[in-house]
Amino acid sequence: MSARTVNQKAWWLVLPVVVLVGFNAIVPLMTVVNYSVQETFGNNKFFFEGVKWFEMVIHSARFHDALKRQLLFTAIVLAIEVPLGVAVALAMPRRGVWASVCLVLMSMPLLIPWNVVGAIWNIFALPDIGMLGWTLNRAGIDYNFTRQPVAAWATLIAMDVWHWTSLVALLAYAGLSAIPDAYYQAAKIDGASSWAVFRHVQLPKMKHVLTIAVLLRFMDSFMIYTEPFVLTGGGPGNATTLLSIDLVKIALGQFDLGPAGAMSLIYFLIILLLSWMFYRVMTLGEDES
Amino acid sequence: MKRMTWLVPALYIVFLMLPIYWLLCMSFKTTNEILGQFTPWPQNFTFENYRKILTDSTWYMGYVNSLIYVVINTVMSVAVALPAAYAFSRYRFLGDKHLFFWLLSNRMAPAAVFALPFFQLYSAIGLFDTHIAVALAHCLFNVPLAVWILEGFMSGVPKELDELAFIDGYPFWKFFVKIFLPAIAAGIGVAAFFCFMFSWVELLLAKTLTSVAAKPIAATMTRTASASGYELGLLAAAGALTIVPGAFVIYFVRNYIAKGFSLGRV
Repeated sequence: MSARTVNQKAWWLVLPVVVLVGFNAIVPLMTVVNYSVQETFGNNKFFFEGVKWFEMVIHSARFHDALKRQLLFTAIVLAIEVPLGVAVALAMPRRGVWASVCLVLMSMPLLIPWNVVGAIWNIFALPDIGMLGWTLNRAGIDYNFTRQPVAAWATLIAMDVWHWTSLVALLAYAGLSAIPDAYYQAAKIDGASSWAVFRHVQLPKMKHVLTIAVLLRFMDSFMIYTEPFVLTGGGPGNATTLLSIDLVKIALGQFDLGPAGAMSLIYFLIILLLSWMFYRVMTLGEDES
Repeated sequence: MKRMTWLVPALYIVFLMLPIYWLLCMSFKTTNEILGQFTPWPQNFTFENYRKILTDSTWYMGYVNSLIYVVINTVMSVAVALPAAYAFSRYRFLGDKHLFFWLLSNRMAPAAVFALPFFQLYSAIGLFDTHIAVALAHCLFNVPLAVWILEGFMSGVPKELDELAFIDGYPFWKFFVKIFLPAIAAGIGVAAFFCFMFSWVELLLAKTLTSVAAKPIAATMTRTASASGYELGLLAAAGALTIVPGAFVIYFVRNYIAKGFSLGRV
């Protein structure tokens, strides 16, 4: 189906993007690469160290733990947000005033700065004076997210679901509104069940937007920093120290630039690899059509 | 069962509104009342927190700074993304697929990774603590996203439109601005919305690249909270005010989002 014509002059059209993004991507990336292979004693003198830092990071238990927490967090968050977002989009009014009301209200969490999101959930969940924490404790549940790792995780996941499910819902809704009414009428005449309509009409039409939604949610949840930093600061102990938090601790807290650089590159490569796998799996069979 | 479906979005929206209600509630309380005991609504209703923010320039300039770099970034991102998205949707050229994936891969670079190198880069070229520095830095993740969204919309426009215009003798730029852009207006709205959103909410880079002159509101909040004790009421009021610009933008693009997404294959 590809009707695109070969035209090498198209490079002129993409040139501004390449320059702008390249400037922001390549220079900092090379700086990180530089750090990752060198040792410094602080007086701006650097010594070449080869792959020493990479070996250190790959074998460090601290990195493994942070990576495991990160994978667990991303898996839980995707498993909740994607089905919930699709369910909300399916149940939303298709048009009219209520559709606009839903869209406006649902978009609100998306437009709150990330540290404010952390702050909101912090004051919402405080066990003694926060609405959520106070209510839970009143109901007889011992809840204190600053001391109990399980409570900290539950709060963190609730916060992310609160923050980002709307993105999935908005994209799924957009995919749904692209389906012409004739499709539903045809399905009705055929006597299709609502599950059959979902499986054979709605899901295929949502496939493309859902690919974007899952990829965006995967990348962003894997890179999450500000919200958990404000909410729990990585604690209690290291219970909620995700990869980014650990990285910033090493880079800016301890100023170990070498290990931080190596860790950054490994971190980046993991995201790249997993995103590429997601992308391949979700667009499978699209090239042939 | 069919009649109960409205409950799903209704309950979901209640869940979304509860923390926001609590934020608003706190912003109208005095700090003493907040720290004293749990009260479900303000006992001593006060506008003092808001008054302080709107009259103190160290506070309200934070909002101005944020808005400046967000607007610059949105305009810049969409402007460079438009021709690029057109190229990706209409032409094949050497390395196009690799280039597209490379662009997307920048969307995957954790800001935490780039914070320190960004600081050094923008200090070196003398742009540290300017609005333009933050706007440029946010292009790293907004330009790829804008290209991605716009490419989807443009692919939804039949190629015959271009061909007819060229047969009629339109030069490329005239066709692009006069005919093509209006045809994907909804897509531009959606792309601008996402650029605005991601630039407005990002803090790590914005905070790293500024100190005084271009300090964003989100950074003002973190610093003031630590400097003058724990003024929760003030913090809550400042947080509540950060929702306002976003709410405005959503209100204006609400129809574009519904209609706009459905046009392209996005």
